[in-house]
Amino acid sequence: MRVALFLTCVNDTLYPDTGRAVVRLLTRLGVDVDFPRGQTCCGQAHYNTGYRHEAEPLARRFAEVFGGYEAIVTPSGSCGAMVRELYPRLGERARAEGRGDGLATALAPVVPRTYELTEFLVDVLGVTDVGAHYPHTVTYHPTCHGLRGLGLGDRPLRLLRAVKGLDLRELPGAEECCGFGGTFALKNPDVSAAMGADKVRSAESTGAEVLCAADNSCLMHLGGTMARLRTGLRPVHIAEILASTEEEPPA
Amino acid sequence: MSGTFVGMPAFPEAARAAVADERLRGNLKHATHTIRAKRAAAVAEVSDWAELREAGRRIKDHTLRHLDHYLLRLEESVTAAGGTVHWAADAAEANRIVTGLVKATGESEVVKVKSMATQEIGLNEALEAEGIRAYETDLAELIVQLGHDRPSHILVPAIHRNRGEIRDVFRSEMKEWGRPAPEGLTDSPAELAEAARLHLREKFLRAKVGISGANFMVAETGTLVVVESEGNGRMCLTLPETLISVVGIEKTIPTWRDLEVFLQTLPRSSTAERMNPYTSLWTGTTDGDGPRAFHLVLLDNGRTDTLADDVGRQALRCIRCSACLNVCPVYERAGGHAYGSVYPGPIGAILSPQLRGTASEIDASLPYASSLCGACYEVCPVAIDIPEVLVHLRERVAQGGPATRAGNKVVLRPAKGHAAERAAMRATRWAFGRPGVLRTGQRLAARTRWLHPRTLPGPGRAWSATRDLPPVPAEPFRDWWERTNGGRDDGAAPQDREETK
Ligand code: SF4
Repeated sequence: MRVALFLTCVNDTLYPDTGRAVVRLLTRLGVDVDFPRGQTCCGQAHYNTGYRHEAEPLARRFAEVFGGYEAIVTPSGSCGAMVRELYPRLGERARAEGRGDGLATALAPVVPRTYELTEFLVDVLGVTDVGAHYPHTVTYHPTCHGLRGLGLGDRPLRLLRAVKGLDLRELPGAEECCGFGGTFALKNPDVSAAMGADKVRSAESTGAEVLCAADNSCLMHLGGTMARLRTGLRPVHIAEILASTEEEPPA
Repeated sequence: MSGTFVGMPAFPEAARAAVADERLRGNLKHATHTIRAKRAAAVAEVSDWAELREAGRRIKDHTLRHLDHYLLRLEESVTAAGGTVHWAADAAEANRIVTGLVKATGESEVVKVKSMATQEIGLNEALEAEGIRAYETDLAELIVQLGHDRPSHILVPAIHRNRGEIRDVFRSEMKEWGRPAPEGLTDSPAELAEAARLHLREKFLRAKVGISGANFMVAETGTLVVVESEGNGRMCLTLPETLISVVGIEKTIPTWRDLEVFLQTLPRSSTAERMNPYTSLWTGTTDGDGPRAFHLVLLDNGRTDTLADDVGRQALRCIRCSACLNVCPVYERAGGHAYGSVYPGPIGAILSPQLRGTASEIDASLPYASSLCGACYEVCPVAIDIPEVLVHLRERVAQGGPATRAGNKVVLRPAKGHAAERAAMRATRWAFGRPGVLRTGQRLAARTRWLHPRTLPGPGRAWSATRDLPPVPAEPFRDWWERTNGGRDDGAAPQDREETK
């Protein structure tokens, strides 16, 4: 099976380790991974901040770049939700505004073939035990777009439970937003910071060393908060946990 | 809407003070978390919740699509049942009508059932200006009124107050309005409720005019419905000689049968009860029972403008259950007052900028008062996609565009202060349209990463005041991919890696 990795601009620029982990993990599971060079950004920040028209060309680019693949995998719940949930709306909107069917037609094949990483593992590959080894205490934060946008459900938890050596701690108030929200963190910094601090405190209360999530944007916000609050926690993307083995622990 | 909130600072500033107020945050957290858990349990009991939610959405959508028809039908049935219907285009007109009706009775006091519509139009203040005193009879509204405060929640207007604060308000203020608080009043809930009962009883028995809103208006029969917990509403609806109900036009439902859906979803969503303790239904006037005169004031006040917007109109489905407030993490920290409107929380963030327009600073800031986490949409019993409307309104604020104001199609100009953001969005879209440009930028960032500050200047300062920025890695992923042929050639990173953690 040949799949395209849609890494997202944030991961590509700031979290290349996550990308490398996805490649390592999928290759180990026998998947042939490609990274289409033309990819850039899904346009989520543009869309959510009220610049739908700026997001449209990025959606069109996405359709062009990923059009030829059987499956598109992304280690980001929010970018995955952008493609799956909001791209169809971009298409409908363009149509409603009399700009034709072009965008909707171009997006039709790529939207249903786009999967968030844990979804791809559980639903498409049908595995929950990916053969990982990660001897740490971990608590999992289901980010909003993964949880409610994509409906990831307990897939990430099932994957984590199957990791050898991993001690999974339940996060109190797990379903509450961490307060990142893209430009929300900039526009309402006080509320955002309060939400982040509360999330970090509840993660800390589990006694875990690692706070794990399937979205580096939220982890960036939480990681920055952890550093300031001087907790013993580390933010780690779930891909890096799942890619880790006894022979090849994470960097 | 009400003049009370004019001149409110934008949401972020208003929220800052609330976030810093430990006691307020504590009160809000405790109250919202308690009701949140109870609601979830009450909803989980109903096996066909998803169907009920969908039915509610459909009934409301259908009614809104044919609102002109159903409103005329409603007027006909109310009139046939002995009531009088008045149409109010805006707050000023509604206040004029109600004040005129009260004056015509010769009374200078009215008792009120808790009502969002009358708060929205600032009715109490308008009556006051004409020498008429309005007494709120809902316990929480009474606390707010006695405390010279503003409501901060749709359902629990005094959610921001704890018991000790309420006792203090009763002790010092009740005597100004009527029967004073009993000697030695403590903060026990039973004593507080009893004090309110005694204080209010006097008002119920004396009042000749009652003013209410309604949760629903049934077009087919002309029946109005008030759903409540305390029974004070029923007193106001039945004891006075004249009853005036001020209701938003969107509260119409076509048939009696439709109530079946909402009388299941509303109580569970709002108070987490299987059924609310009091459901009062009244149809016009009846000889020998209830009020002798019944007036219905149908309030528009921005609603038909909202109806003209094909994305935003879903906000009019709202049945004011307040479930979205109770799950909202932003509301929980910012409190209801920060929203600068009688409609706080997620629903307020989409309703106020539609009813009032986005011209003021506070209204332009409301669509951003959300992290788009989607918890509100998930709990909404009529499936209002609040995040979708928020984004739609952000577009209106940031970019301008078509809207309907006072029945006229207008093209709005972008709100002030978005020029830099607009430029940034365009520039990033331009760069993201060109992978080469993105890559050059990434490389530049990687090469200069020693120089990057951990704190940001300008608009980013607020971010870095409470959070550290992540370090920029030595090599973006795309360069690694190319250098190692997708990880197939083993290659160590070009520079020391420990910096990237
Ligand atoms: S928007 Fe939905 S959840 Fe919020 S108050 Fe209205 S009906 Fe309830």
